[in-house]
Amino acid sequence: MKKRTLRIYYVSFILISLSIIFFLFIKTFNENLLFYRSPSQITVGEFPQDYIFRVGGVVLDGTLVKSKNSTNVKFAITDYEKVINISYNGILPDLFREGQGVVIRGKLGDDGVFYAEEVLAKHDETYMPPEISDSLKMKEKTIEDTTKSMNIYQ
Amino acid sequence: MISYIGSFLILIALLNASLLVLARPIFSKISTDYDSLILSTSKLQFPLVLIAFICLIASFVNDDFSLRYISSNSNSALPFFYKISATWAGHEGSMLLWCLILSFWTFMASIYSKSLNIEFRTKFLSIMGFLNLGFLLFLVFTSNPFEKNISIPIDGKDLNPLLQDFGLIVHPPMLYMGYVGLSVVFSFAVTCLLQNDFKREWARWVRPWALISWSFLTLGIALGSWWAYYELGWGGWWFWDPVENASFMPWLVTTALIHSLITCEQKAMFKNWTILLSIIAFSLSLLGTFLVRSGILISVHSFANDPARGAFILLFLTIIVGGSLLIYFKNAPKIQDNISFDFFSRESFFLINNILLVTATFTILLGTIYPLLLDLLGLEKISVGVPYYNAVFLPIMTPLVLLAGYIPIMFSSKSKNKKYMISHLLLSFLIVILFTLFSIYFLDNYNISILLGIFIFIWISFNIIYDLIMKIYFSNIKKISFSNIGMMFAHLGLAVFILGATIVENNKVEKEVVIKIGDTIQVKDYTFEFKNISEYEGPNYQGIMAKFLVYENNNLLTELYPEKRIYASNNMPMTEAGIDPGLSRDLYITLGTLINDDVWSVRIYHKPLIRLIWLGALMMVFGGILSVLYKRKNLAFSR
Repeated sequence: MKKRTLRIYYVSFILISLSIIFFLFIKTFNENLLFYRSPSQITVGEFPQDYIFRVGGVVLDGTLVKSKNSTNVKFAITDYEKVINISYNGILPDLFREGQGVVIRGKLGDDGVFYAEEVLAKHDETYMPPEISDSLKMKEKTIEDTTKSMNIYQ
Repeated sequence: MISYIGSFLILIALLNASLLVLARPIFSKISTDYDSLILSTSKLQFPLVLIAFICLIASFVNDDFSLRYISSNSNSALPFFYKISATWAGHEGSMLLWCLILSFWTFMASIYSKSLNIEFRTKFLSIMGFLNLGFLLFLVFTSNPFEKNISIPIDGKDLNPLLQDFGLIVHPPMLYMGYVGLSVVFSFAVTCLLQNDFKREWARWVRPWALISWSFLTLGIALGSWWAYYELGWGGWWFWDPVENASFMPWLVTTALIHSLITCEQKAMFKNWTILLSIIAFSLSLLGTFLVRSGILISVHSFANDPARGAFILLFLTIIVGGSLLIYFKNAPKIQDNISFDFFSRESFFLINNILLVTATFTILLGTIYPLLLDLLGLEKISVGVPYYNAVFLPIMTPLVLLAGYIPIMFSSKSKNKKYMISHLLLSFLIVILFTLFSIYFLDNYNISILLGIFIFIWISFNIIYDLIMKIYFSNIKKISFSNIGMMFAHLGLAVFILGATIVENNKVEKEVVIKIGDTIQVKDYTFEFKNISEYEGPNYQGIMAKFLVYENNNLLTELYPEKRIYASNNMPMTEAGIDPGLSRDLYITLGTLINDDVWSVRIYHKPLIRLIWLGALMMVFGGILSVLYKRKNLAFSR
């Protein structure tokens, strides 16, 4: 009898600790999901408040402003429908250029400016991040570009 | 001309592989001598694919731009060695490399399997043949490197500048040796299932293959990490990027496998579990290939979004994984497992090791696959942040590495005196705590995770060195086998890795500053002076090179030359870091952008002990190879 109660204690101890671990695991997982939003979604308020998320789009021509004495930069990105202003303090990736697709991780400020923690540009000149090409609805344009670049070599 | 020979040989290899697969089912009805056919075809595969591969290299060297693969991955101005390494820099060529390595392992398996009984051996080689056939079909139908251009371009597009580097020459072949080496273990496990048995001698036969694959995987991953560190210009060594995870998951499962195989061999336990691990390990390496090559994940590794490729690999993956799991659930219950063991035994600790490693793999798999599934279902575009991996992976690994520091020592002595063991445990624990506290003296910054990292480092290395000394002085040195020393080296490598990773992640200094030519900046004990900037002409790029003088306590220490390169063929800018490597710390500078006139933004990093990360990995590789070299006793195989 005594042995049996002991066993019940053991089993319940293991079960309780397992469920606590599982709960913590799910919690950590949920807290670290980064959602992706397009500028249009942000302007209608479809984004996680107070959380870090990612936004992607094409860097709008003529919007890049570099500070003269620090690594601060400001630019705007667009999905050809809406525009979001970005503020970033740091060195931009090599392949960052106006007119090209970027994905940015950060938080949206109360002033409507997206404060970037990280700016990612594509790995080579023929690639467009899939999130962007999806949200841009500009697949035809990409296909056009690809065929153009292929023609050179054919 | 050469490319036609290559094309032709691939087709012959395809036929040869089909023959290897079909020999058993077809010729067993006609004649009984299908064994020699299987043995010869399994050996012939390697020279066929090898010559085809050499043909592709020769075509690259000859600038044969009539091949589409070469015109899009090479350029006449590309330096000679990069022309060779460009052979496996793109998708098609890297799949040919995959096929080459698979045929190489098939060849090796065919040669070194004489000790297996003939029925087992031929079944096993036929399964290897099936894998060869699958990948050759994939190569021929979706990614033929010998495909012709419709019209021949004057010059090629050039290799992605990121890949024009020594790291690329060695990283893919090493990683593939590991990935594909697991195919031997996989085929072996499936054969065991077909035979309804998994003998101890078989475990002894397959363990070196698992170990050598594990060593190559370790080396491949370490090389990839090293390459990312110096080439991407961020100074990071691990990003929890899905592509990295794809290689890390098979590594974790293979680590579990080489431990469980010991139990299989010595105690005839965990047979079914080990077979399952073998299947999972290879499946994960196939999954990795699928994720990386299908274009689902976008990175420097994926080349083109070709749905046909993704679909083919997915189909192949389903057949391999689905088929082997089906056989597993049908036949595994028939395999006799010895399941009685003490709670307080080496076996139960191996079980804990396996559970922790598989749990860790699962958490990484979830973080890698979940975003893809949501995206595929069109529900949401998400990614899983780095904090998730750190928060989940590190707590799972901590008990594992603590056990790795003690369990091998505890059970290496034959004495089963529990009282002695407990007092020994407490004593070594106290000594290690003292050492850890003493180490604070050398640190200018410490927190709980640094102390834990140092504790684990001292814990593992102290126990191993103590054990080694005890063995040398109190027993005969000949008793220490190669495999034992190999294990010690690998575990010591783990300790060194943990020390490096902990210190660099907690104590690194990363500055992004704006600096004018002639100005200086202080980082830790080092003064960096931005001396000048100059332009130069590279073989296939325009270079901008900055000169930095580094002073330590007003003495000139070294000069660093970070660069920007603009590649002529595609106008892509590239950052080349200026690195002063050292065992105690790396100094790392990359050029950012021109702010105005002679003002630049630069990154200056101080990375303490970062070299230990790769040194530790190299020690693991060395340990793995030592264990393989261990002379095995010739056990008579039951036939």
